[in-house]
Amino acid sequence: MSIDVRFNIQRGDFNLVINTVIPNKGVTAIFGPSGSGKTTLLRAISGLEQCEDGYLKVGETVWQDNCWFVPTYKRKIAYVFQEPSLFSHLNVQNNINYGMTRAKCRNSVDKLQYTIELLQISHLLERMPWQLSGGEQQRVAIARALAADPTMLLLDEPLAALGDEQKAAILPFLESVYKTLAIPVLYVSHSREEVACLADHLLLLDHGRVHAAGTVQDIFTDIDLPLAHQTGAESIIEATVAGYDTSFGLVQLKFSGGTFSVASASLPAHSNVRIQVLARDVSITLERQKNTSILNIIAVTIDRIEPEKNAQMILRLIAGNTVLLSRISCKSAYDLDLKKGDKVYAQIKSASLLI
Amino acid sequence: MILSDQDFTALFVTLKLASISTIILLILGTPLAWWLARSQWRFKYVVEAIIALPLILPPTVLGFYLLISLGPNGPLGSLLKMLGAAPLPFTFIGLVIGSVFYSMPFVVQPLQTAFSGIGQRPLEVAATLGASRLDRFVTIVLPMARPGFITASVLGFAHTLGEFGVVLMIGGNIPGTTQVVSIAIYDHVEALEYSQAHGLAGTLLILSFTLLMIVYGANRRYAVGHP
Repeated sequence: MSIDVRFNIQRGDFNLVINTVIPNKGVTAIFGPSGSGKTTLLRAISGLEQCEDGYLKVGETVWQDNCWFVPTYKRKIAYVFQEPSLFSHLNVQNNINYGMTRAKCRNSVDKLQYTIELLQISHLLERMPWQLSGGEQQRVAIARALAADPTMLLLDEPLAALGDEQKAAILPFLESVYKTLAIPVLYVSHSREEVACLADHLLLLDHGRVHAAGTVQDIFTDIDLPLAHQTGAESIIEATVAGYDTSFGLVQLKFSGGTFSVASASLPAHSNVRIQVLARDVSITLERQKNTSILNIIAVTIDRIEPEKNAQMILRLIAGNTVLLSRISCKSAYDLDLKKGDKVYAQIKSASLLI
Repeated sequence: MILSDQDFTALFVTLKLASISTIILLILGTPLAWWLARSQWRFKYVVEAIIALPLILPPTVLGFYLLISLGPNGPLGSLLKMLGAAPLPFTFIGLVIGSVFYSMPFVVQPLQTAFSGIGQRPLEVAATLGASRLDRFVTIVLPMARPGFITASVLGFAHTLGEFGVVLMIGGNIPGTTQVVSIAIYDHVEALEYSQAHGLAGTLLILSFTLLMIVYGANRRYAVGHP
């Protein structure tokens, strides 16, 4: 099951040419700089942006081809816009009901109740939109979208219009929403933090073209793509909670290629966690160090070495199925005589691991 | 009571004319204003200019052209004659047609402004939530444009209530059929019947004021608390 997308959209000087396949499950982030065509692509998938030269097949259903166009209101999608866009003449409850009453298969009361509780808006139901803060409005908009029982959730930078504080407040809601949903989520973003936290797959857009597509782990650590060369370059590791060291408050996180010890006692046993490892926090030694404060030492093989600006090198390291990035100075790389294929050790301070 | 039977009849004709004209104006003006608010057609401004003409044209000019075209030898009049219909000048229907033309900009412009003010976004949201085109118009556009509809109705009604020139040209001054209050007052003044003119003018003043108070009061209650 997948989403086949082929669009050729001309809007003034801007030309969007897309020919790609998006997985029909999980969270796919459409990622790229402003003006790269992210929103236009999302609108084309929703049917809000109409183009003559396009083909769109979701699972087994064709939504658009040369002689067929399913209008937006018949596509069972939910769309969360950049700004909250609640209907100003309806209160919160009626905003949520708007999509629900029009969905063909009625959402069960329990499911709606669950959504309302998940987004913590039950105390707002009687209020009018203008009585809510921006963050509350966006939470209602997300609940309204989910209540319509969609088969696909489209989000256009839903956090972009919010301040950092509100963003941090909504991010966990989105995470739990995605985790509980069985439908594909397409998520437009230009924030790498959001993508690193939320996305499974990544569609990298640039100037109206697909620059790359793949899993977040692969794209973030692909040396040939720009993400691995940015200041915040990082690798993303999926791990499971394997054990606890209660005397020191540490959690053992096991992943393909090694184990990390992290100071975070709140994680439940056997749960899956996502670890973000910044390239600048990973250092290299030729031998396994003893008598060091660094807890996490992983045996890795150097896959690639590329020079960066500012007299630095970026290293792509392999441990099992896991890829790590490391940014070190040119001098260190020269002194250690690092080459592709070398077996070395990667050291990461446990305090610098982001979960 | 200082109002004669004929005065009451004029008042009745006036209110009937204003009500019927307003209803027709809303029925015609709503799709027209919607089209003007949404259309990307490059010659849209021509239509806008035509609709706005009564704003600057003396009513007698409009009434004169309507009289000519609706008359038995005019293009519309001869068409009606061919279809076997009675000629329209100096009838109540003729009056309604004249009023609709004359008051059209007062209804279309507030509606167009209200529709434009809604913007594209609420309609897109409604579409993604499964609302068809008609559904969107009824459940989103109409309630959101409510203040625009109130303004349009008040202006359309009030403007028809006060019209003189068009009515005189196309309707004449037939008591019980086409004699409206404004013309009846003029007749009274001409005949130096000042007390009757006072009665009629005062009635119209109180009526208009009450109507406006009710409408704006209701609109205010609706808008209370909005930022």
